[in-house]
Amino acid sequence: MSDLWSLIFGRLTLDALPVMEIIHATNGRELASGIVGTAAAGLAVLGALYLLYALTKYRLWGPVWRNWLTSVDHKKIGIMYIVLALVMLARALAEAFVMRTQQVLGDGGGGLVSNEHFAQLFSTHGTIMIFFMAMPFLTGLINYVMPLQIGARDVAFPTMNSVSLGFTAAGAVLLMISLVLQPFSTGGWTGYPPFTEAAFNPGPGPDYWIWAVTLSGIGTTLSGINFVVTIYKFRCDGMKLMDMPLFCWTSLCTSILMIFALPPLTVATGLLALDRYFGFHMFTNGGGGNMMNFANLFWLFGHPEVYILILPAFGVYSEVFSTFSSKTLYGYTALVIATMCIAVLSFTVWVHHFFTMGQSANLNAIFGIATMLIGIPTGVKIYDWMLTMYRGRVRMAVPMVYAVAFLILFTIGGLSGILLANPSLDYVMHNTLFLVAHFHNMLIPGLLFGMLAGYTLWFPKAFGFILDPKWGYRAAYLWIAGFVFAFFPLYGLGFLGMPRRMAEYFNGAWFPLTIVALLGAVLIIAAFACLCIQLYVSIRDREALAVPMGDPWDSRTLEWAVPAPAPEWNFPATPEVEGRDAFATLKEGGYDLRAPDDGYHDIEMPRNSALGPVLMVSSTAMAFGLVWYMWWLAALGAVVCFAATVAYGFRRDTHHIIKAADVKAEWEAFCALADTTPRIPRSLEQTTQNMGHAIPASEEIIS
Amino acid sequence: MSTTRHPGLNLGPHHGKADDTAEVEVFGFWVFMMSDAIIFGLLMATYVVMSGNLNGGPGPRELFELRPVFIETMLLLFSSLTFGFAQIGMKYHPHPARMIIWLLVSIALALIFVGMEVNDFITMAGKGGVPQASGFLSSFYALVPLHGIHVTAACIWAFAILGQIAVYGLDDEVKTGMLRLGILWHFLDIVWIGIFSIVYIGGLA
Ligand SMILES: [Cu+2]
Repeated sequence: MSDLWSLIFGRLTLDALPVMEIIHATNGRELASGIVGTAAAGLAVLGALYLLYALTKYRLWGPVWRNWLTSVDHKKIGIMYIVLALVMLARALAEAFVMRTQQVLGDGGGGLVSNEHFAQLFSTHGTIMIFFMAMPFLTGLINYVMPLQIGARDVAFPTMNSVSLGFTAAGAVLLMISLVLQPFSTGGWTGYPPFTEAAFNPGPGPDYWIWAVTLSGIGTTLSGINFVVTIYKFRCDGMKLMDMPLFCWTSLCTSILMIFALPPLTVATGLLALDRYFGFHMFTNGGGGNMMNFANLFWLFGHPEVYILILPAFGVYSEVFSTFSSKTLYGYTALVIATMCIAVLSFTVWVHHFFTMGQSANLNAIFGIATMLIGIPTGVKIYDWMLTMYRGRVRMAVPMVYAVAFLILFTIGGLSGILLANPSLDYVMHNTLFLVAHFHNMLIPGLLFGMLAGYTLWFPKAFGFILDPKWGYRAAYLWIAGFVFAFFPLYGLGFLGMPRRMAEYFNGAWFPLTIVALLGAVLIIAAFACLCIQLYVSIRDREALAVPMGDPWDSRTLEWAVPAPAPEWNFPATPEVEGRDAFATLKEGGYDLRAPDDGYHDIEMPRNSALGPVLMVSSTAMAFGLVWYMWWLAALGAVVCFAATVAYGFRRDTHHIIKAADVKAEWEAFCALADTTPRIPRSLEQTTQNMGHAIPASEEIIS
Repeated sequence: MSTTRHPGLNLGPHHGKADDTAEVEVFGFWVFMMSDAIIFGLLMATYVVMSGNLNGGPGPRELFELRPVFIETMLLLFSSLTFGFAQIGMKYHPHPARMIIWLLVSIALALIFVGMEVNDFITMAGKGGVPQASGFLSSFYALVPLHGIHVTAACIWAFAILGQIAVYGLDDEVKTGMLRLGILWHFLDIVWIGIFSIVYIGGLA
């Protein structure tokens, strides 16, 4: 019996179910911990079951398969990425809330969850926020916006784009499974050996981490290649590199970082897997291993990674400041050069993540100085954004609220970073909550606010209606307040010497600040709730909020030149542009709605492909098999992955034609709608009067 | 559309659409190769760092034999040459016969290479040179077989292209596929030169 069981299920037993923590509980805290875990797993299972039920009940399997899962349209893939990001954000926020509660209750011992459970929480929270919230969010935004901004019809390799999404989703699914079939790794999001080696951590936890991170890493590498080729090869006529919107520039630099920084991650996790599965001695304590290699490899990825995360947000902010100040971006060239400098410098500083691990003082000094240098181009950017607002007609729309909060809060975070970049100070602070406060200070106002600003900015382009501004403001202000209350106390706790990742402590001086931080977490949960309500309200009122003309903010770049939602073929004919702010120039000349110069032509678009979803399912199966030693499943998944890829090479009929007449009809209907749609001044842009037909800035009478 | 030329073999205008699309695909594949090069570069660097960690186990002098490795190097170099013949056959001859023959020769050379390499590993294991023995051997086995796996994958890709020729003849997809496979094929040669110099020559020097 047990032989058969282990043949089929490997090392998976009923003990993996979180409910076993309740059954085996010996005290109140373990009981509470089990209840928390079981509730979370229950929610995940119920969510999945409800999804399956709803898809079946409303007969959506066919449409979802045809219109979404197998779609290779960059716009739909972008939307799916962002949906994934928001779902994972919900889970990671809930985990953050539990952790903050634990640190309040952990004063004098005790608390809500067991130490083991707490360690899993900070590991999944970090892993999810980086790899399955931030990365999908920015990849989704780039996917949706960048091809439109450069006047392209799609990315360079549309099917590979769907495959990238498949790998990212596979990693996310693996993480969701780990909620139900436990445990996850306790090694933090960085998974440092030798702690994650088989000798100390023989269970499935670190394996979940390895495969989830590796799968998403492969997906990200492929995305980077796709975006780079798209930007280099598919810009429309007349758009020189130095004419590209800044979001495209940051997308380009991010993509280059993805291509060069993700392979070190793959190497690090791959070698760790060799250690764990085959008894290699890459990073082990004994046997001639050397864990410092892991630290170097991981942070050779990890530091550029923070710029992969932040650069697209910088791009979003550039668009936001320019759009909502009705001005061309100040210091465009400086911003481009600063972006490139940041991209290069990001590879030269990784050692600052382990100043205390025993290299020489000179080396630490060099890397400390290199780290501080990044402040220079970043400072240039901050000034450029402020000068973009200067003498502009600034409107504090929702994206602008995020952007202004970012300017202030991000600068504070940068200053704390300069402190940490000093090796002698880092010796004191590196493993305290000061560090946690610092990187959340960079990543929440920097990355997350940027993503939310971009979500609000481009939502109408994707769905044809704007997001309800009232709930948008509530969410934005709650995010800002929540961030301040949740993370500024952590700077204080860091100064008081409270180590990070601490489940229980016996220093009463820390207690008051942990309560403030918990309050901040409550505000952040409320902010997320506002975002959900906003989405619900906006969908409910979508008729009133509709902006079919597609230019609700009087924007300046090409993606706003087409109807909202953007048609499958993006542009009736590939545009020809001159200079920066291509759409603003077109609007000023009154050319934004004219027919293509040399008439309409048939458009060739790529056909749907099942390769992405097939690879997603088979790679999830392979990884799940590897985690639980279900070798048959791992082998089956690998074979299907491989066979599907080879079979894809035999596909020939890969394109379909959209008739010129259809494009013409659709575009002319859009132009006709323009004649009957009133133009609105910018003061009305967040009202229901906004039909996406803005009065160009140059024509608006300033009252 | 395509007026820019890409590094490596260009098809020329008489190949029509294949020539037009080749530029983007080849550029994309070069970019992919760059990220693969990072992987090999890091593994080589790791090997260099770990090469002194013998842990009391056998070292390079006990384990490496230059003769078979030299033959392997020659096999791989010649397979690059024959692959070039296959590509030239594709470019200048409308019928795939020449290309198929040279492609089969390239595959054969590469498979002999892989076979000899596996034989090397078995010989090493017989002398106690297993990956579990030391950090040095772990980093060796993380690097060298990965190259072998790449070569094997390239052979499978070549077989897939032969299969596509069987079904569709020498069509546009086969042509652009051959251009990309060619880049991988020569790239693996370069990586091997690195392994040969750093691991084998370096280890025995
Ligand atoms: Cu860093």
